[in-house]
Amino acid sequence: MDQYIDIKVRVWRQAGPKAQGHFETYELKHVFQGASFLEMIDILNEQLVAEHKDPVTYDHDCREGICGMCSMYVNGHPHGPDSAITTCQLHMRKFKDGETITVEPWRSRAFPVIKDLMVDRGAYDKIMQAGGFVSVNTGGVPDANAIPIPKPVADEAMDAASCIGCGACAAACKNGSAMLFVSAKVSQLALLPQGKVEAAARAKAMVAKMDELGFGNCTNTGACAAECPKSVSLANIARLNREFLCAKFQD
Amino acid sequence: MANKEEILDAAKKVAVKAAEAALDVAGKVLDKAAEALEDAKEAQQAEAPKAEAPKAEAKPAAKKEAKVITPKDAKIPEGPLELKWTNYKNHQKLVNPANKRRLDVIVVGTGLAGASAAASLAEMGFNVLNFCIQDSPRRAHSIAAQGGINAAKNYQNDGDSVYRLYYDTIKGGDYRAREANVYRLAEVSNNIIDQCVAQGVPFAREYGGLLDNRSFGGAQVSRTFYAKGQTGQQLLLGAYSALSRQIGKGKVKMYTRYEMLDIVMIADENGEKRARGIIARNLVTGRIERFFAHAVVVGSGGYGNTFFLSTNAMASNGSAAMQMYRHGAYFANPCYAQIHPTCIPKHGDFQSKLTLMSESLRNDGRIWVPKKLEDAKLLQAGKIKGRDIPEEDRDYYLERRYPAFGNLVPRDVASRAAKERCDKGYGVNNTGLAVFLDFSDAIQRLGKDVVAQKYGNLFQMYEKIVDENPYENPMMIFPAIHYTMGGIWVDYELQTSVKGLFCIGEANFSDHGANRLGASALMQGLADGYFVLPYTIQNYLADQIGVPRMSTDLPEFAEAEKAVQEKINKLMAIQGKRSVDSIHKELGLIMWDFVGMGRTAEGLKEGIKKIDAIKKEFWTNVYIPGEANSLNNELEKALRLADFIEIGRLMAVDALHREESCGGHFREEYQTPEGEALRQDDKFSYVGCWKYTGEDSEPELIKEPLDYEFTERKTRNYKN
Repeated sequence: MDQYIDIKVRVWRQAGPKAQGHFETYELKHVFQGASFLEMIDILNEQLVAEHKDPVTYDHDCREGICGMCSMYVNGHPHGPDSAITTCQLHMRKFKDGETITVEPWRSRAFPVIKDLMVDRGAYDKIMQAGGFVSVNTGGVPDANAIPIPKPVADEAMDAASCIGCGACAAACKNGSAMLFVSAKVSQLALLPQGKVEAAARAKAMVAKMDELGFGNCTNTGACAAECPKSVSLANIARLNREFLCAKFQD
Repeated sequence: MANKEEILDAAKKVAVKAAEAALDVAGKVLDKAAEALEDAKEAQQAEAPKAEAPKAEAKPAAKKEAKVITPKDAKIPEGPLELKWTNYKNHQKLVNPANKRRLDVIVVGTGLAGASAAASLAEMGFNVLNFCIQDSPRRAHSIAAQGGINAAKNYQNDGDSVYRLYYDTIKGGDYRAREANVYRLAEVSNNIIDQCVAQGVPFAREYGGLLDNRSFGGAQVSRTFYAKGQTGQQLLLGAYSALSRQIGKGKVKMYTRYEMLDIVMIADENGEKRARGIIARNLVTGRIERFFAHAVVVGSGGYGNTFFLSTNAMASNGSAAMQMYRHGAYFANPCYAQIHPTCIPKHGDFQSKLTLMSESLRNDGRIWVPKKLEDAKLLQAGKIKGRDIPEEDRDYYLERRYPAFGNLVPRDVASRAAKERCDKGYGVNNTGLAVFLDFSDAIQRLGKDVVAQKYGNLFQMYEKIVDENPYENPMMIFPAIHYTMGGIWVDYELQTSVKGLFCIGEANFSDHGANRLGASALMQGLADGYFVLPYTIQNYLADQIGVPRMSTDLPEFAEAEKAVQEKINKLMAIQGKRSVDSIHKELGLIMWDFVGMGRTAEGLKEGIKKIDAIKKEFWTNVYIPGEANSLNNELEKALRLADFIEIGRLMAVDALHREESCGGHFREEYQTPEGEALRQDDKFSYVGCWKYTGEDSEPELIKEPLDYEFTERKTRNYKN
């Protein structure tokens, strides 16, 4: 059963992108374990506002694990110690009475800190703009059932497409690589007949943009897939490599 | 070889056709004349009592005859229902490619409606400026829609058709939507599915490789397309990818972490004010910036967060709607809010939002409470679990009350039925505010694996939040605010009552009447953005090709910016004692208690008083830390709350004036002996549009009568 616990929260505070950051520790008493982790931060912020202090800035929105907005390291793990969830789905029942919880922003050169726990993930959007789409305009497309797609293929594409673009993969990677993110989109579209046409060009364009934006290389450590809140599979990276090689050979 | 008879016959046919056409024209002229006469009469009626009308307090416009919006004002095309949209498209004005390049369009919002509109307009050649409050357009709250999207494909061969989708939608909306709009929605629904598949949206498929469907509330056919329990995500990512492609091409300039704070109006040569730009705050730097465009499109979503606790995302807000409203756009049917029956019950005061469990769960889940009050008491005390109650002691109340639709009745009906049981003391959790959603039958019938495959991610989500395994013990659910059918009034072209200002998606009022059916929000958002607005906006823009790009140094921009800055300064200067959230929570409780699932005249009057008190408290006692000209979440929340308070009041005023029960609006005074909603078609068959008359001044009611030309109105019946 959920209980009330007293905790200490050690939070990374950084006033701006160029400011020197530091850890600050706050005490929170009587936190219900049924509360979500972000609700715990809300409680902390209410306390800070009551003391006329600057509340902790952090990204969050849907609070049901799908928008990909929340982005924080909790006790050394992106999205915290539980598996296959986002920070908003993490609950305080995963923590013990008296525990000190360390909260940091995403650690990645490509995601600079804006303030406190909020980072700039614009790089992911830029990669998508380089090729993460099927080049069709609105209208004039064939009937949806015109091309049958085998169920296992559609299901595999769906699994790849479940990526929420949160950035945990790049943040978890010791090389700061965005390969899992890029490969998820490349896989989804390469698997489907609609996206197959541009598969090679897409892989090349997205990888080139990823490199340009300062993401590191992939050394297959698998940390990305282990920390991914949506359990996007490492197999996608293999598929990306295949598409990328095909594209290179075609050149 | 044509013989004489044939020639004669053909000649006859031509003659008859000509005569028919002449008669038609004559008839139309007569119709027009009659309409003009009618208009003149109405104008007289509207004018005359106005002069002597006493200033009413809480209910303006109650004593005098309200102004009326005619089908002509709403630009509803002529002709039979199924030809209206075709006729419109055949005769609307278009903008040629060279001129499209010279026209700028601002799109506010990147949800299904905003992103699809921005992408489609850019593909056509317009220059688009697109704004969102999140750090990426992919995070708009459409992403959280779970269940699916409706379309009239009839792939299942179960008798579906455009007409049937139209009929279900208009009936589901309790006959409070416009026929022409709803028919168009049903018509373009099929294009949406084609479009999404072409974009690479991985919809669920059957083993034969064709698309799969499921059933949703309010329909007797399977017409809902889905992608696991993440349909909204996949559709939004489809629109986002189309948008990203245009951003990459430089046709869309994307502004992330920007929030619109006002619309800039500039008068044309005839003195008519037109929307020509926006004032927006850069949420990272706190800087107020100005943007020009030839037209402004707002797709900012709904205002459900007025209730603080809702299924909406934390940043979802109604401020864009209020900015439009203050510039003269009518706010239509604000009281129509949807309470979704299947949400995870509230568990504490610290709670920040409510989580929805997809309606698709009602395909296989059965809703029940105990038959015996003593069993309910044991459940509330935590002494027994749902699974301990034997089959014969369970009351599957939806199946009992509505045999024809059972667990798949529309949302408003299911929500009220849950409230009715809980009010009688049959609630199943510690607060007494929950009912069971049970999958044990489905698990027995289909096996655990099949159930897991269909609903696995939802079950996982439930377990993470509640810490209980829904495969073993029935889920607990309770209604929560989910969607707002009301919104900014738009005509058939999706233009508001302000020239050059368009409103799409949940933010407008157009297609769902008093209640939205499941899987229809995604359909409407994408219909507006992909297939309706990109056409209709050209009918406006075609007349703007001679308008040059304007400088944002114009006095109208400067004044708008100054007003925004003053409002911010005023808020920052209050330096009171209360946090924004604490006041918002208080507002939410008032909304739930007085403007929630069961409304009464007395309660609403009380609610309005309490909301007025909250407004005073907010403007004298809120505390916002930090600086205005920097990243400041508390200031963002305060600006939104200031508008939520106004919306809350408008909802209450509208609910009080609408003396009937329809769809999501349930007035306890108007119900059948069985507790079903009782419409008052003779008095309230109209869209209630509220016109802003100034700060702290009662809004004026304007009516758009809903004359059902093509569909017979019935009392909704889901029993047989």
